[in-house]
Amino acid sequence: MSAGSNPLAILFFFVFIALTLAVTYWAARRTKTTEHFYAAGHGVTGFQNGLALAGDYMSAASFLGIAGLVALNGFDGLIYSTGWLVGWPIILFLIAEPLRNLGKYTFSDVVAYRLQQRPVRIAAVVGTMAVVLTYLIAQMVGAGTLIKLLFDLNYTLAVVIVGVVMMTYVLFGGMLATTWVQIIKACLLLGGAVVLAILVLAQFGFSPTALFAKAAELNGKQVLEPGTKVVTGAWDAVSLGLALMFGTAGLPHILMRFYTVPDAKQARISVVWATIWIGGFYLITFVLGFGAMVLVGMKSIVAAGGGGNMAAPLLANAVGGAAFFGFICAVAFATILAVVAGLTLSGAAALSHDIWVNVVKEGHASEHEQLRVARVAAIILGICAIVLGIIFQGQNIAYMVGLTFSIAASANFPALVLSIFWRRFTTWGAVTAIILGTVSTLVLLYCGPTIQVDILKNDLAEVSKQWWYFPLKNPCLITMTLSFLSGIVVSLLKPEPAAEAGFAEVERRAILGASAFIEPVAKPVPAE
Amino acid sequence: MTTTDPIHAIAAKRWKVALTLSALMLVIYLGFILLVAFGRALLSILLSQGLSLGILLGALTIVSSWILSLIYVAWANRRYDDAVAQAIAGSTAPLGRKS
Repeated sequence: MSAGSNPLAILFFFVFIALTLAVTYWAARRTKTTEHFYAAGHGVTGFQNGLALAGDYMSAASFLGIAGLVALNGFDGLIYSTGWLVGWPIILFLIAEPLRNLGKYTFSDVVAYRLQQRPVRIAAVVGTMAVVLTYLIAQMVGAGTLIKLLFDLNYTLAVVIVGVVMMTYVLFGGMLATTWVQIIKACLLLGGAVVLAILVLAQFGFSPTALFAKAAELNGKQVLEPGTKVVTGAWDAVSLGLALMFGTAGLPHILMRFYTVPDAKQARISVVWATIWIGGFYLITFVLGFGAMVLVGMKSIVAAGGGGNMAAPLLANAVGGAAFFGFICAVAFATILAVVAGLTLSGAAALSHDIWVNVVKEGHASEHEQLRVARVAAIILGICAIVLGIIFQGQNIAYMVGLTFSIAASANFPALVLSIFWRRFTTWGAVTAIILGTVSTLVLLYCGPTIQVDILKNDLAEVSKQWWYFPLKNPCLITMTLSFLSGIVVSLLKPEPAAEAGFAEVERRAILGASAFIEPVAKPVPAE
Repeated sequence: MTTTDPIHAIAAKRWKVALTLSALMLVIYLGFILLVAFGRALLSILLSQGLSLGILLGALTIVSSWILSLIYVAWANRRYDDAVAQAIAGSTAPLGRKS
């Protein structure tokens, strides 16, 4: 079953491309400065940014992946649905407002605020690029496979199309275009999911429990119970849970979105909206997953290929016919495009704003030069995404998303939190926390069952006897702890008086925003 | 910066609220995950036809993250924003300059 022969799917797809390119054209005429290119001129409202955050976050992995996971495993999909949401309150409580007040374009701005610029920015870019590249690989390979399934298109061609369209958004329209692509995509995805859920529930008297009961009747009551496929052990479960929860607060493309709003209060509002949309969406995916299990059937889902990813599109076909199937396929395509655009923009910001402007040019670069470097960086990243997508074709990349969240939680999140809240944090503490977090995640993942058994096909009994074998599938429990501890220990061993003296300013600015430092104010004014 | 600085007091208060709510979220989610890992029998209890305790608690975890977020926003919009505004208005010294 594919939409290749479905003219409506192709039509919906072209309508989406035309609409987003029109938005890009409109945005390109307004994108004249770095402030526009990286932060959409700080003119996005909290509500709009909430939708855009949801758009950036709800990847094909969460729409098609969770629906498929639930359709094939039942209850266990809930671990992802809940884990991917509970990171958002953490962003709200700890990160969003201080980040908006302290930074300019990237999260490295915040970590480096009172520390030595060069070493911290270089380390932060290592953390950023590790997350952006692993996530890009996951998205591009997913894109190629999905589009092949959905539209019957050649894999390489699909990857190239995604790369080129995404680069067009980022290069010409910058953050303004990317933001509106995210908003359009979020509305399509949420709308499509709601309609699909309503069509499913209509067959069960609008009672989710009647749907679950039917699923249990057809497939046994174990589909409503915790299984053993997703969670293999208690420590694995906790480690995966921590990665999902704290990884969200370390994703550069998510963090970057907080600079698009005018002030900290709007940043706060935007997280709440994002949490509402994403949580609602994950509740709906549960109906979609069980709906596909009952109305499509596990056998047909497995037969369609893609490891369960076709569950939601097939469900659309079952309850809404060919037109709805085409619509959902186009939405899935839009979903991938929007996420890779956000990722590329955040990677370009790290390379140009952090490395070129602040490390190479030590903060002295003209607007014109900064914009040019940012666009060159976007082109390089776009090409990287296409090449990596082609290199990793056919590889099992299921672990990539987990790896992304694990690095984000172990490298970026600890440094960010310590720099905002801990007076005695130092330059080398930050560098150690980020680098050790990134490297230890990669090393432990390689020494663990994910790579050794699932990818390299080594015998579990044999490999687990090796001295270097690491028993957890997801290393986040160890690596995040290691990152926090190393950051703290290094900072305590070699104090940095200048950084400590700068903390009072960080504390003040985290609350008051940039405006408080330009002129004394008598009453609150909006930041910027 | 002295310890009587109102901004410092606000920062301390905000940190306390943020940390408490974060800890609550962590306890709720890790509690759910640990139940999935250890309380398989408990979560398998059917509360009604088609609704296992596990599914209900999973949905409640999502709802609880909404509730915690709304608690924070209610606090921030009512108390925190006012306290910041008062601190700025009541501050006689210039708030400091950044070159």
